[in-house]
Amino acid sequence: MVTVRVNVSLKPSLLDSAGRTVAKSLKDLSFSEVNDVRIGKTITLQMEKYEEDRVKAMCDKLLANPVIENYSIEVLP
Amino acid sequence: MKIAVIQFPGSNCDQDALWSLRSDLGVEAEYVWHGESSLNGFDGVFVPGGFTYGDYLRCGAIAAQSSVMQEVIRFANEGRPVLGVCNGFQILCETGILPGALLQNINERFICDTIHLVAAQRQSPWTAQAEGVIPIPIAHGEGRYLAQDDELKKLEDDNLIAFRYCDSAGNVNEKSNPNGSLNNIAGILNKRGNVLGMMPHPERVTGKNIGSTAGLPIISGFVSVFATI
Repeated sequence: MVTVRVNVSLKPSLLDSAGRTVAKSLKDLSFSEVNDVRIGKTITLQMEKYEEDRVKAMCDKLLANPVIENYSIEVLP
Repeated sequence: MKIAVIQFPGSNCDQDALWSLRSDLGVEAEYVWHGESSLNGFDGVFVPGGFTYGDYLRCGAIAAQSSVMQEVIRFANEGRPVLGVCNGFQILCETGILPGALLQNINERFICDTIHLVAAQRQSPWTAQAEGVIPIPIAHGEGRYLAQDDELKKLEDDNLIAFRYCDSAGNVNEKSNPNGSLNNIAGILNKRGNVLGMMPHPERVTGKNIGSTAGLPIISGFVSVFATI
């Protein structure tokens, strides 16, 4: 078994309205060193075997929307 | 003509859609479960609103993969009338039938309100009857329409913006944009013009006895598109 982690995030050019709210909230809590917050999601896959092309196909078809999101793939040791 | 109203787990505007079509537009309409692989016998499709699959992953992402959507794609390509409202619009974008995507509202809130729409052009069968300013309900958390720059330019240049958010006087501006959609976009058409996706709910305002018929000119697009086939 292999554990594969897919990180999906909104494209940097797009306004992340939830991230903006969290950034404001952190500032309100006096964490003034925070300039910006982006919220993404992590999808962890338990797989029989890892094939990069297959995982990329999963991302392109379902896990991420290429219009608005970027993704990265991590194979965990 | 007979319209299929698609039902997914989590659809919740399916009854509104069915009864709007049957009672107010006066056409035949039947529910079709998402697992069906054929739309034989139907002339058009209504993809209703809701929270399909709990909006997991992204709104409409999982519904877009269901087997009936392959048939909806076929209908779209064949020029038959297809209307996606609210979550139905999100599903049509996720399948790629319509370009772009819908993001969380700019104020991070679910908005349930009556807003105003104006047709961006009147040449489409979906907009030809939509005269003047149309008061119409919205109920969504993810309605901020977004498309990449080249996609947006194509939509504008090809006259494929169907409706824009405006105020009660018809002014299209930032103040009358409830969710932060690019260019106040509330609804768009596919290139062929037979598919309309929109966030506001025309099916909720097609009967005098429930208060308004403002949405009937939009729903009537089913008949107008059908006449062009």
